[in-house]
Amino acid sequence: MNPRLSRLLAALGASLLAFATRAAEVQVAVAANFTAPIKDIAAQFEKDTGHKVLAAFGPTGGLYTQVKNGAPFEVFLSADDTTPARLETEGDAVAGSRFTYAIGKLVLWSATNGYVDDRGEVLKKNAFRHLSIGNPKTAPYGLAATQVLDKLGLADAVKPKLVEGTNITQAYQFVASGNAELGFVALSQVSRDGRITGGSAWIVPAALYEPIRQDAVILARGRNNPAAAALVDYLKGPKAAAVIRAYGYDL
Amino acid sequence: MSLSSSDLATIWLTLELASLTTVILLLIGTPIAWWLARTRSRLKGVVGAVVALPLVLPPTVIGFYLLVAMGPHGPVGRLTEALGLGVLPFTFAGLVIGSVFYSLPFVVQPLQNAFEAIGERPLEVAATLRAGPWDSFFSVVLPLARPGFVTASILGFAHTVGEFGVVLMLGGNIPGRTRTVSVQIFDHVEAMEYAEAHWLAGGMLLFSFVVLLVLYSSRRMRPGLG
Repeated sequence: MNPRLSRLLAALGASLLAFATRAAEVQVAVAANFTAPIKDIAAQFEKDTGHKVLAAFGPTGGLYTQVKNGAPFEVFLSADDTTPARLETEGDAVAGSRFTYAIGKLVLWSATNGYVDDRGEVLKKNAFRHLSIGNPKTAPYGLAATQVLDKLGLADAVKPKLVEGTNITQAYQFVASGNAELGFVALSQVSRDGRITGGSAWIVPAALYEPIRQDAVILARGRNNPAAAALVDYLKGPKAAAVIRAYGYDL
Repeated sequence: MSLSSSDLATIWLTLELASLTTVILLLIGTPIAWWLARTRSRLKGVVGAVVALPLVLPPTVIGFYLLVAMGPHGPVGRLTEALGLGVLPFTFAGLVIGSVFYSLPFVVQPLQNAFEAIGERPLEVAATLRAGPWDSFFSVVLPLARPGFVTASILGFAHTVGEFGVVLMLGGNIPGRTRTVSVQIFDHVEAMEYAEAHWLAGGMLLFSFVVLLVLYSSRRMRPGLG
């Protein structure tokens, strides 16, 4: 064979091989509250690494059930720290890959300007018809909301007015549509770059609820996928951190 | 391990919701079906299509629009507030209205088929015997269309029992008011309480099968109508 042609073919083959190993795909299961940030992070990640991210969104409990029943997810971004730990003990996640990618902040929010004061006095006045929260059994932000109400001694007073969304997205939707005057939602849903984007809000002091640690883990199916490891590294890096903070999470 | 009291409450609420919805649907579905069966109006196609919409629309679309329309900023919500009724989402009445929309075709279509199958002849005969329109409806049409009414009631009831998306989007999961069986099953699964989920889900499967078995067995004995 012509030496120049064979060199060309070799180079072509090598670059194809490099491209094939480089541009892998990673399937990620993402807790509903992290939908917007992961889209931003994934776009940057794809540009920087050439890997492709396929993200599925849902409530943490639902995603857990899907993982246990053979869903093809390789990385799991949970809304809590117990579900990834459970997957690890049950052998469905790579041991030692667990880490906290964001710490959620709870906010009492209304779509109406001036409705929620900056100390949450509106809760004590109890002059609303509906207070929306995430389902405390399944949504970590819903659980945090009930802890706040307990700490404030208002749990019994507002109980008849509670409406539950299956996850924090639906809790937000009930408030955004005006059907509930106010609700406990994630700061990430109502703020951008440190500012509330609309309505009125009280950022609940962290002392009133257990920290909402959102952990990520590499799932068993992602063990040998370089793109899964790359995504996890990227999530720990400065570019992702900037996005995560901009959406109102702590790190 | 069996059904908890909160599970039983959801079953009771679901049966209440389905019964009330079925009664309302028979009352408003009968005139709609009758009109659809007899009319030569150009509007027949439009009305028929509107009635059939819930067959093809995802419950999320119906639930979302009902939530927005019945909310305090929506047209229905403004009306109900002006009437002093408050807003309907998160209430049992709101679920009934949602269910009526959601199950409408399951009642109207069997009734329409039954009315169409009767044809003109029995009514003409009744008219020659000097029966007025109301008289002939109650003494001729209703008995002849009975299998259609049975089918419509069973399907309307069963379809409402099996409703999930609309209730989820409109209900707010309030125990005793808007938490139905299907939502409770969803919560059990989300909370990883699989044993509890199995009890309710298995019950639902059995219920649905028995209902359809009754429906299809009775149909085979009385072919033609319904």
